[in-house]
Amino acid sequence: MKARFWLPPVLAGVLMMALWYAVIAAFDISPYVFPPPHEIAKATVDKAGLLFSALGHTAWAAVLGFALAVTCGFAIAVLLASSGLLKRAFYPWVLALQMVPVVVLIPVFVIWFGAGLPSIVAITFMISFFPIVASTTLGLVSTDHGMRELFETYHASRWQEIFHLRLPYALPHFLTGVKIAATLAPIGAITGDLLAGTSNFEAGLGYLILLFRQQFYPAAIYAIALLSAVLGFVFVASVQLIAWLALRHWHESSQPGE
Amino acid sequence: MPVAGSVRSIMVSSHHIAAAFRDVTKRFGETAILEDFSLEVAGGEFVSIIGPSGCGKTTLLRLLAGLTEPSGGEITQEGQAGRSAYIFQDATLLPWRTALRNVELPLQLAGVSRDERRQRAEELLKLVGLSDATLKYPRQLSGGMKMRVSLARGLALQPSLMLLDEPFGALDAMTRNRLNEELLDLRERQPFTALFVTHSVSEAVFLSNRIVVMSGQPGRIAVVETIDFPYPRKSALREQPEYYEKVAKVTGLLHQAEEVVA
Ligand SMILES: Nc1ncnc2c1ncn2[C@@H]1O[C@H](COP(=O)(O)OP(=O)(O)O)[C@@H](O)[C@H]1O
Ligand SMILES: [Mg+2]
Repeated sequence: MKARFWLPPVLAGVLMMALWYAVIAAFDISPYVFPPPHEIAKATVDKAGLLFSALGHTAWAAVLGFALAVTCGFAIAVLLASSGLLKRAFYPWVLALQMVPVVVLIPVFVIWFGAGLPSIVAITFMISFFPIVASTTLGLVSTDHGMRELFETYHASRWQEIFHLRLPYALPHFLTGVKIAATLAPIGAITGDLLAGTSNFEAGLGYLILLFRQQFYPAAIYAIALLSAVLGFVFVASVQLIAWLALRHWHESSQPGE
Repeated sequence: MPVAGSVRSIMVSSHHIAAAFRDVTKRFGETAILEDFSLEVAGGEFVSIIGPSGCGKTTLLRLLAGLTEPSGGEITQEGQAGRSAYIFQDATLLPWRTALRNVELPLQLAGVSRDERRQRAEELLKLVGLSDATLKYPRQLSGGMKMRVSLARGLALQPSLMLLDEPFGALDAMTRNRLNEELLDLRERQPFTALFVTHSVSEAVFLSNRIVVMSGQPGRIAVVETIDFPYPRKSALREQPEYYEKVAKVTGLLHQAEEVVA
């Protein structure tokens, strides 16, 4: 890789780190309020066992909720796009459902599924399924007019049109939704764990936030922030990679130099 | 309607009617786009349609392809309607399919087996000079190459009638000339009747047996000009004085037709 790509972010990182120490020194801020980077590193190492098992649980919940969102989101989009009437009737309700802040539903989920993994997965699902529905539906109903007429001139059956035209045409839209969902799923899993997690050995990152707050250990909370960011990054990067592999030959969004 | 006497035998020899419009009217809402439009195209003929923008040329092809219904009159086509192919102005290739798989599409939709359609598609791409590009995706192809793939796809089901809507309109003059020659060449090898919409008089003169000059609002036939240069026509035809004269004459007819509107 060329230096002009990796050097600027590395330099900026060093600069921000320096600024961090400078601010702490200049204003004599207590490490409890704003811990310096090395304290966070130390907390990460000290609490590694707890942190990484929690990371695993949260990642698992995120994967399950995300997979559910992708499957159901796709199915709902196909259903909505399959008939104009169905879309007109139900799309506003899907939108309305999306307007409900997911945190409001958390107690409901806990009543339905009990605290722990099922509720956390449900929350992750609720947070991440809508972008998939919205963008896949759009892709399915906006099939290029000329291509549809091409199929018409070949007297293609409805199923042929769906399989050979509508679905492939909607693929980039679907993957756009999936990419947005991938940024939301880890947030959903952490929020879910924070508000519907359990203290037993299933504890995730959200639950550890509560624990470290109780123990008044801010450096460890920053460590959680760091791990959450890493989780989010890995999640998004994997999905981006899959999307790129799926579209690399034909779509604008996956051409080199963009 | 008489067909130019010098049409050679590669054309379907009998003068049967391949496609016909009889007193066809087409309205969109209140406005009449076509009025009492009548035209007969003989089997093997190459007929170009030229006229001011918006006079209903595309609509004519769409009516014949069954993409839209006439408001009045009668449209007939020899054989079943499925025997015509429509070549769209912008190639309309599926971007997620390679050139080969794009050419396979009509065969696949018609239920032809995988091996057979692959072999046929390879032959067709060879016919249009794209043997080296079979595995390329549309975005890797130039405009001229895309149009060649589109022609190959159009020929896949061996249509007796090809409907071409300004297929070379977006190409540069050199590519356009070359594709004109290739199109005639293709017809020598796989004969078809052609109804060809264009804005270019010189292209129409080079390709056609007959040129239908339309006037607009509502669209009707202003005049029909017969072009009797013998086929096969090669690029040298473009240097003949007779060719220039014909282009000049048809250009004049087109201007007259446009003035009818003004
Ligand atoms: N689906 C449609 N609805 C309403 N008007 C249309 C439609 N399709 C074409 N037209 C109108 O019909 C006229 C002829 O169109 P078209 O056949 O595309 O012309 P041309 O190909 O000669 O430029 C134009 O004025 C166009 O606006
Ligand atoms: Mg047109």
